[in-house]
Amino acid sequence: MFEKIKEFASEFFVTGDPLIYGADVGIALTLISIVVVLTYFKRWGWLWREWLTSVDHKKIGIMYIIASLLMLFRGGVDALLMRTQLAMPDMQFLEPEHYNQIFTTHGVIMILFMAMPLMFGLFNIVIPLQIGARDVAYPFLNSLSFWLFFWGAMLFNMSFVIGGSPNAGWLAYPPLSELSHSPGVGQDFYIWGIQISGIGSLMTGINFIVTILKMRAPGMKLMKMPMFTWSTLSSCITIIFAFPILTVTLALLFLDRYLGAHFFTLDGGGNPMMYINLIWMWGHPEVYIVVLPAFGIFSEIVSTFSRKKLFGYKSMVFALMSISFFSFFTWAHHFFTMGSGANVNAFFAITTMIIAIPTGVKVFNWLFTMFRGRISYKSPMLWTMGFIPCFVVGGMTGVLLSVAPADFQFHNSYFLIAHFHQVLIGGVAFGYFAGLYYWWPKMFGFKLNEKLGKWAFWLWNIGFYVCFMPQYFLGLDGMTRRVSSYGWDMGWGPLNLVSTIGGFLMGIGFLFQVWQIAHSIKFMERDTTGDPWNGRTLEWSIPSPAPVYNFATLPQATEQDAWWEEKQRREQGQKPAAQPPLEPIHMPRNSGIPFIKSFCWFVAGFGFVFDWLWIAIPGLAGVAICMLIRSFTYNTDYYIPVDEIKRTEAALRGSV
Amino acid sequence: METTFLGRKRKRLEAAHADIGGHSAGGSHDEHHDHESLKTFGFWIFLITDCILFGTLFATYIVLRGNTNGGPTAEELFQMPGVIASTFILLTSSFTSGLAVLSMNRGNVKGLIGWLAVTALLGASFITLEITEFVHMVQAENATIGTSAFLSAFYTLVGTHGLHVSLGLVWMVALMIQLARHGITAVTKRKVNVISLYWHFLDVVWIFVFTIVYMMGVM
Amino acid sequence: MAQQPNGSHGAGGHGHSSHKGHGSFKSYLIGFLLSIVLTIIPLVAILKDLVEGTAALVVLLVTAVLQFIVQLLFFMHLNEEDKPRYNLMTLIFGLVIVLTIVAGSIWIMTNNAVAH
Repeated sequence: MFEKIKEFASEFFVTGDPLIYGADVGIALTLISIVVVLTYFKRWGWLWREWLTSVDHKKIGIMYIIASLLMLFRGGVDALLMRTQLAMPDMQFLEPEHYNQIFTTHGVIMILFMAMPLMFGLFNIVIPLQIGARDVAYPFLNSLSFWLFFWGAMLFNMSFVIGGSPNAGWLAYPPLSELSHSPGVGQDFYIWGIQISGIGSLMTGINFIVTILKMRAPGMKLMKMPMFTWSTLSSCITIIFAFPILTVTLALLFLDRYLGAHFFTLDGGGNPMMYINLIWMWGHPEVYIVVLPAFGIFSEIVSTFSRKKLFGYKSMVFALMSISFFSFFTWAHHFFTMGSGANVNAFFAITTMIIAIPTGVKVFNWLFTMFRGRISYKSPMLWTMGFIPCFVVGGMTGVLLSVAPADFQFHNSYFLIAHFHQVLIGGVAFGYFAGLYYWWPKMFGFKLNEKLGKWAFWLWNIGFYVCFMPQYFLGLDGMTRRVSSYGWDMGWGPLNLVSTIGGFLMGIGFLFQVWQIAHSIKFMERDTTGDPWNGRTLEWSIPSPAPVYNFATLPQATEQDAWWEEKQRREQGQKPAAQPPLEPIHMPRNSGIPFIKSFCWFVAGFGFVFDWLWIAIPGLAGVAICMLIRSFTYNTDYYIPVDEIKRTEAALRGSV
Repeated sequence: METTFLGRKRKRLEAAHADIGGHSAGGSHDEHHDHESLKTFGFWIFLITDCILFGTLFATYIVLRGNTNGGPTAEELFQMPGVIASTFILLTSSFTSGLAVLSMNRGNVKGLIGWLAVTALLGASFITLEITEFVHMVQAENATIGTSAFLSAFYTLVGTHGLHVSLGLVWMVALMIQLARHGITAVTKRKVNVISLYWHFLDVVWIFVFTIVYMMGVM
Repeated sequence: MAQQPNGSHGAGGHGHSSHKGHGSFKSYLIGFLLSIVLTIIPLVAILKDLVEGTAALVVLLVTAVLQFIVQLLFFMHLNEEDKPRYNLMTLIFGLVIVLTIVAGSIWIMTNNAVAH
């Protein structure tokens, strides 16, 4: 009996690597300390009422951001482990098997559990405020999206200590990801973790499209919307058309593994190439999904910190929308080498080159906005200035890769690795950092320390080039991705060492950001204006942090940069238009169902991972019960009375 | 379906609140309508995403349909009488769900619940036929999901549609109970509109399953 | 909640009493009859071997698409949407993507030498 338990435990828990034992201890200590702190300060009820059940978009946004920064930490540690292993030829730091797991989890976490939630966090915090709305279109669904993401991410991360991590690359190409080649549970964690959070992403896409199309402030025509709102709309449109493809592709892989179907297997008539075809139909739009909002963030920041209206507003909108459209017609450039012939490759090479054009248009728009502007180099603007050259180089190497014959040389080499890190770090990560610094005062009511922020920026920016420029040359020298070690005779040692140093510089940059946040929480003074950057759009017209109902009376927004124009008028001595009388505000009630239902999904996913139906079926039943309870609940909203609004406003705005 | 809510609602709203810029923040009756039409629009977008989901399954089926791995082919397997029967059943149920909406617009709760029940019964017989077909294939022809890529794709595509219909049935029953409890309100009205959209959508998907899987299979 | 007042609303012919937007019994009935006819045509054409090869494919696909349109117009009342016609726009974009997925997959996979 005891032997059996021991045998089970040795398979159930990941064993054998001192790094993992260390992580086990770390995770256990963190969990215990969270429980102890919450219990000691009697904060369980507060946590449940104020956060876990909240349907307030601002709180959901903050939870997204906290979760994504934790994931950034884990993905970053993965990256540094890889760079350490590759620093020198013949390093013995990581086993090849462990290395495979780490590059897999690094990719999945950075794209799906770091970039996506950070993006959703910014959507949540900014969009309703920017369009003058009181919440998103479906607050309940919004909370459900968050918790699905959260529990999906937990399921995926659990594979680290239980059962074993996936190790077939971030897109899990079959046949390697099939049962025949990956018999462990790691691949099942991959499927279910992504599937559960993917449903959440799809719902967020729907939610924000409806919010933007139907809930704008009176007078805000589509062509008067702030650029971040436009970029969110284009990103969400891409989400709703791309994510169902991911859902199907992963479901088919699951059926292969679970029911012995033959979609992508080598035998039974299956075709692994079909998986690659399908996954990139999602995968390519996905990279645009994460980068489009970054373009919107840069547009807001460039305009605010140059004290100028955004140059080429219409061309910007056109560029965003056409990127969102063309992103669906380039997927095959990820597998030029698969052998679909010259016609197919030529078509997709051309579409790939076309999509570079609107991106170029945007770069010029930003440059012309800055031209003759009074630029102030605050943190958000610094990251924007760092982004432009970085993204231009990344885009150029992308065009090089789009040349199909040349791609036969670049394919799966470090050239490719350097290219996509340049657009994803230079574009997405820099963009979201810029957005985080920019809207931080709106979220929490104080700015982040500028001096530490500058340190962080320069470490990241210099570290980036030190890390990834050598990788282009390594790729041209023939170093392929996903190799866990290389010999002295290859001549790759020096460049790899330089690259590793750059990686650690970025790691130190991250530590500076953590220090910056901790320091600023303690020492930065509160912003009482609600408009610390002299902003242009509606989110800056209300106090920071915004009250639960956002706007006491809904604003009128008849022009682009509505708040800026309003301030101009006030400066010229015009009196603000008379406010309509306050009315009771209709608000959604908090609900515990999203949390519980997502947890049930987590339980069901865990059951399927281990093929334990006695866990999976109760999990699915829980999901069904939650849906029915919600369907039968009619009491889902309440009104905030006028008196309470008056009191809140008086407290927030002082005597004004 | 949401559109007329929207149009009517806007007119009344503009008439009522023209003095304060055409906007109401208060708890008027209008706002409720507004809220419900918002949900219908979101559901429409969800249906479009479901279109993409089925589109992907169709693409997979079409690419893999020739890979029978020495197992039974479509022509050997499909028995058209059952398929034709289920096609007409589903078509009729799409019509009856429309009649349910008509009853609702006339304010007739009994007619509404009655037509929903007819729709659900038709849906249940569709599912029964489908299950019978699958059981026959597995037991008599030994054609399982693991036999060949063609059959994997077939069972997944048709089964996903069947799963959608089954979920719709559960949902319809839940809705009938709610209608009996609450009658026709803004909320239940929206729910009926939404489920009838869903039901028409499933009929549309079935038309393509019928055409691409069955008719082209036996052609 | 907030509703955008911009954008005009259709020709504005439908008052509260007409219920134009939800169709009439007649329109549902016409839709139903049309879809039955459009189902019978391919059945007879294919099962009685009236058409073969490409012609059969054309008959099948054309009747299926027509029936799809019938459902959209007579059952889902897509033509009665107010402006801006977001429902129609999302549908069209969605159909473009569906066609891309299907046609693109077929094109790529048939050209893929390894697949054979």
